[in-house]
Amino acid sequence: MSSVWIVCRKELKSYFASPIAYGLMSFFALISGYFFYVATAIFVSRGMEMQMTGRGMPMDVNEWVIRPVLMNVSVIGLFLIPMITMRLFAEEKRSGTIELLATSPLRDIEVIVGKWLAAIMLYGAILGISALNMAILFLYGTPDWKPLLIGYLGLLLQGGCLLSIGTFISTTTRNQIIAGTATFAVCLLLWVFDWVSAYEQAAWAKVLSYLSVVTHFEPFSKGVLDTRDVVFYFSMIFFGLFLTARALESTRWRA
Amino acid sequence: MIKVEGLSKRYARTVAVDDISFEVQKGQIVGFLGPNGAGKTTTMRVLTCFLPPTSGTAFVAGFDVMTASMDVKKRIGYLPELPPLYPEMEVIEYLTFVGRIKKIPKAELGQRLNEVIERCAIGDVRTKLVGKLSRGYRQRVGLAQAIIHNPDVLILDEPTAGLDPKQIIETRELITGLAGSHTIILSTHILPEVEQTCEQVIIINKGKVVATDSVHNLTNRLRGSEAVAVELEPQAGELTAAQAQQKLEQVSGVSRVIPKDARNGRLRFEVESLQGRSIRPELARAVVESGWSLHELYPVALSLEEVFLQLTASDVSAAQGGTQ
Repeated sequence: MSSVWIVCRKELKSYFASPIAYGLMSFFALISGYFFYVATAIFVSRGMEMQMTGRGMPMDVNEWVIRPVLMNVSVIGLFLIPMITMRLFAEEKRSGTIELLATSPLRDIEVIVGKWLAAIMLYGAILGISALNMAILFLYGTPDWKPLLIGYLGLLLQGGCLLSIGTFISTTTRNQIIAGTATFAVCLLLWVFDWVSAYEQAAWAKVLSYLSVVTHFEPFSKGVLDTRDVVFYFSMIFFGLFLTARALESTRWRA
Repeated sequence: MIKVEGLSKRYARTVAVDDISFEVQKGQIVGFLGPNGAGKTTTMRVLTCFLPPTSGTAFVAGFDVMTASMDVKKRIGYLPELPPLYPEMEVIEYLTFVGRIKKIPKAELGQRLNEVIERCAIGDVRTKLVGKLSRGYRQRVGLAQAIIHNPDVLILDEPTAGLDPKQIIETRELITGLAGSHTIILSTHILPEVEQTCEQVIIINKGKVVATDSVHNLTNRLRGSEAVAVELEPQAGELTAAQAQQKLEQVSGVSRVIPKDARNGRLRFEVESLQGRSIRPELARAVVESGWSLHELYPVALSLEEVFLQLTASDVSAAQGGTQ
C-alpha cells in the first residue's frame, strides 16, 4: 500500500472520528438545501406565472436552478475549507506526532499529498450532499447532466486549490485557531478580489481579479469547461502544495 | 552502530549542541545524561533525522543522517519525550498505522503487532482509545510504537518521565530486556536510572560532552579512596568524641576521620581510607575490641549523582575562576 494512501486513510478516519466531518456536513446540508429550495421555488412560481399570462418563455432548469445553486455552493465552500484544513499540520505539531511522521521512512511530499487528498475527499463527500438535492431535479424534470457534472468538477477544483492553500497555512503554526482564521481570511480575499474589476479597469485590478478563485469558477457553473480555468486551478493546487513542502522543510531547519 | 563527529546545532540565538563527538557500539545501552537544556533532545533529534545538524556528521548503522536519511529512518525507533499518539485512534489501530508507515510487510504486520503488544503488556487496552489511556499506558504504547519494526537502534527521550515508581521499574525492565538485539540510547536526568539500566554513560552539559565512560569506571575514577560511615555507642559516660576519633585514626590504612553530629547518644564519623585500601574489617575489629557497640558501618559510595555534579559544576567554577 502506498504511503500516500496510508496517510490519507488515517486522516479520513480522524475526520470521521471527531464531530468535524458530521458538523460540516450538516451545516452544509442546511445552507445549500436552503439555497436549493429558494432557487426551485422561484423557478416554479415563474413557471406558473408564465402559464397564467400565456407568455411562452424558454424555461431552463440548468439556467434557473442548477447554475445559481452551484454559484452559491462555491461560496459556501469558502467557509468550510478553513475548518477542514486547520488541523492538518497544526494538530500534528501541537501534539508532537509530527515527530513520528518525520522520523518514519516517509517523504514529506507523501505526507502532504496524503493529507490534502483526505481533505479533498471530505470536501467531495460534503458536496455530495448537494448532489442529492440535484437528484430531485431529475425526478421531476430533464435537466442536462453534462453541465451539472462540469459544475461539480469545477467545485472540486476550486476546493482543491483552496485546500492546498489551507494546508500550507496549517504548517506555519501549531495553533488550529490561528491556522483556521488565517485560511479563512485568505479564502475571503481570493473571493473579493473578483469585485475589484467592477470599479477599476487598471492592469493591477485585472491581475487581482484573475487571481480570484470565484472568477474561474463561473464558466464551470455554466457548464463550460475552459482549459484556462483548469490550468489556473491546477497550478494553484501545485503552488499550494509546493509551499507546504517548503514550509515543512523550513520549520525543521528552524525548529 | 552510532557515530557522531563534531556535531553542532545552532538555533537563531543559542547553541544547543556544540561540537560533540561520541560512538556507541552495537548492542549497548547508553545513558545520555545531562541537566535540562543540556542538548540531549536536540542530539537525539539529529540522530533521528528530525533536525538537520548545523555542522558535523552523524552516522546511524553506517548511514549518514543527512544524505541517507531514508535508510536511517528505516533502522531507528524513536520515542520522543511526549509519546507521539493520536488520541482519536484505538491502540491497535494506532499501532497498525505506525507499522504501515514504518514499511513493515503486510504478511508480517499481524505477527509484529502481537509481539509488541505482548512485550509492552498492552493487551488489555488493545481496543481502547489512545486518548483515554493513563500516563503509564501511553508511555508503553509509545514504546511499542518505537519497537514495532524491530529497529537496530532505539532512541528513547526520557522514557520514564512522569511515571509512578512501579511503572518506572516496569519500563526499565522492558528496556533492559530489549538490549542485546537493539542498540539503545536513552536520555534522562534521573541518575539512578543510568546506574541501573545503562552500561555506558555520556554526560553532556551546555551542549558539550563532559564525560564518556562506563558507569563503573566513572564512579571509580572519581572515587579513588574508600569512605566509610561509622556509628558507634560508647559505654555510659566513658568516651568522648575526641578520644574515639583518636582511636579510629590509629587503625591502619585510615587517612582521615571526620566527626559528624552525634545522634541519640551515638557518635558518628566518616572515615576515609588511603588510596586503594579496604579498611572496613579493621575498623570493625578496632571498635569491637575497644568494647564499644557498633551500630552502623557502611561504605559511602560516591554516587553517580556526585560524579555528575562534580563534572557539570566544574566548568562553572572554572568560569568563575577565569573572571576573578
